Amino acid sequence: MIRARGLVKRFGDFIAVDAIDFELHRGEAFGFLGPNGAGKSSTMRMIGCVSPPTEGELSILGLDPVADGPAIRARLGVVPQEDTLDLELTVRENLLVYGRYFGLSRDEIRERTARLLDFVQLSDRADDQVEPLSGGMKRRLTIARSLINEPEILLLDEPTTGLDPQARHAVWDRLFRLKQQGVTLILTTHYMDEAEQLCDRLVVMDRGKFAAEGSPRELIERYSTPEVLELRFDPDRHQIAAEKLGGVPAERQEVLADRILLYVTDGDITLGRVRALGLEPLTSLVRRSTLEDVFLRLTGRRLED
Amino acid sequence: MAAGTRELTRSALPGAVFAVRELRFWLTDYRRTWRGSIYSSLLNPLLFLGAMGLGLGSLVNKQGDAAIGGVSYLTFIAPGLLAATAMTTAVGESTYPVLASVKWVKTYQAATASPLRPADIFHGHMLFVALRLTMNCAIFLAVSAVLGAVDSYWALASLPVAVLTGVTFNATIESWAITRTRDTSFAVIFRFGMIPLFLFSGIFFPVTQLPGWLQPIAYATPLWHGVALCRSLSLGVATLGGALTHVAYLAGLTAIGVAAGNRSYRRRLYV
Repeated sequence: MIRARGLVKRFGDFIAVDAIDFELHRGEAFGFLGPNGAGKSSTMRMIGCVSPPTEGELSILGLDPVADGPAIRARLGVVPQEDTLDLELTVRENLLVYGRYFGLSRDEIRERTARLLDFVQLSDRADDQVEPLSGGMKRRLTIARSLINEPEILLLDEPTTGLDPQARHAVWDRLFRLKQQGVTLILTTHYMDEAEQLCDRLVVMDRGKFAAEGSPRELIERYSTPEVLELRFDPDRHQIAAEKLGGVPAERQEVLADRILLYVTDGDITLGRVRALGLEPLTSLVRRSTLEDVFLRLTGRRLED
Repeated sequence: MAAGTRELTRSALPGAVFAVRELRFWLTDYRRTWRGSIYSSLLNPLLFLGAMGLGLGSLVNKQGDAAIGGVSYLTFIAPGLLAATAMTTAVGESTYPVLASVKWVKTYQAATASPLRPADIFHGHMLFVALRLTMNCAIFLAVSAVLGAVDSYWALASLPVAVLTGVTFNATIESWAITRTRDTSFAVIFRFGMIPLFLFSGIFFPVTQLPGWLQPIAYATPLWHGVALCRSLSLGVATLGGALTHVAYLAGLTAIGVAAGNRSYRRRLYV
């Protein structure tokens, strides 16, 4: 459905996207995972046909985004990073205006509005102004609006950034249902849990390039260990403890500012060995590896800084 | 997908179809505020024609009316103020609402995710401003007629001329406003652009009263062309050659503004 070869986006001297290749298939949920400034949004804007590529090839639904932008956009749904709702109009009017942009008839818009507001659980707010709605409701309305043209591909740029946990789960639940209905989802996120929940396949993006590609499970298996032992020591003894931990068998050790991470197969056994060395951490936690660990391994940096 | 296949034939549809979609967005938006805007459209001509035309005019007419072509001062300034109303309406609609759409509320960005192109978004807003100009100028003309400031049925033809004057300001100012990232320069346009034009474009006294070196500058401004043609129509003394010259000047400047705006809208919305 989407194919990119050597795709580059430059702003003056700054290279936002640095020669990336990818291919997307119908019905899959594909994610761009990376920190702020990794080039995720620039890539999304190129796919959305509102940012001409500087170099490289990009084909969307078999069409050229520069020449056939309007025809492509007619078949895309876009949830931008920042909501672009008209705050002074009502929930229903926002969908009406948007439906007209796509050339839908009044009857079609009315029918779809009822269905979409039901889908995003905003039916009871249909005739309320948008301004006072909560962040989570606005986000759900943006999603409903992006679906008014029954798009084949839905682009979501950081769909849940800035939402509280409950609102995030509500959004994830809706997106999961869309995926079940066969809509192709493309999303960017800097939340590893979001990527794990929603993406069939993802790329880890850093400084305009892809650092790795695969399913969340594959990436974790390839770049991390089954378990991670997180240790927190007295700040004065943090550095000394880190040196002593060199004696504990572990595939890898990461010394963060506040914690030390040991990448191992069995966290509990390793914790026993740490204690046997006479080291007593203030807190210890054994957990499964996540995409955050993959990212740390690949880039040496954390995702959500 | 029904909507999708329909849009695939976009190249077969005229751009105006897409501009009208953007116009309908502005009309939906305007539904909330139109009542208030009608009051100010009515109040503005009453205040200006009352204070300047009737009040100041009673003094002017005592001095004789030879310099203003042998008509009452009210009749002299009413068509000029009509053109000025078009200018102020157009400049107002071309500045803050444009920055709001692209920066504060981002309704322009919302539209770019649809089949609309930046030029459609620009033209759709221009259509909306043209409608607002028609409303405001029609109300102004009606108030002028009620106050007895209109001498000829030809005054009806001054309505489209005033609208064209406004459209000229709209196209040129809007093609520049979309490039702004802050609203500070708008105040400069109001103070050092609109107010001098308002005072020295022949609305309150003929441009021939200006110092010789200033006259060519006045003749080069779009407002003067609008004022001159509206007045000659309103007094029933327009000539075909004069009318065509003024219209050609305003239409030419509008075309330049539209071409510039097509480009600046694309540069701002497609980054």
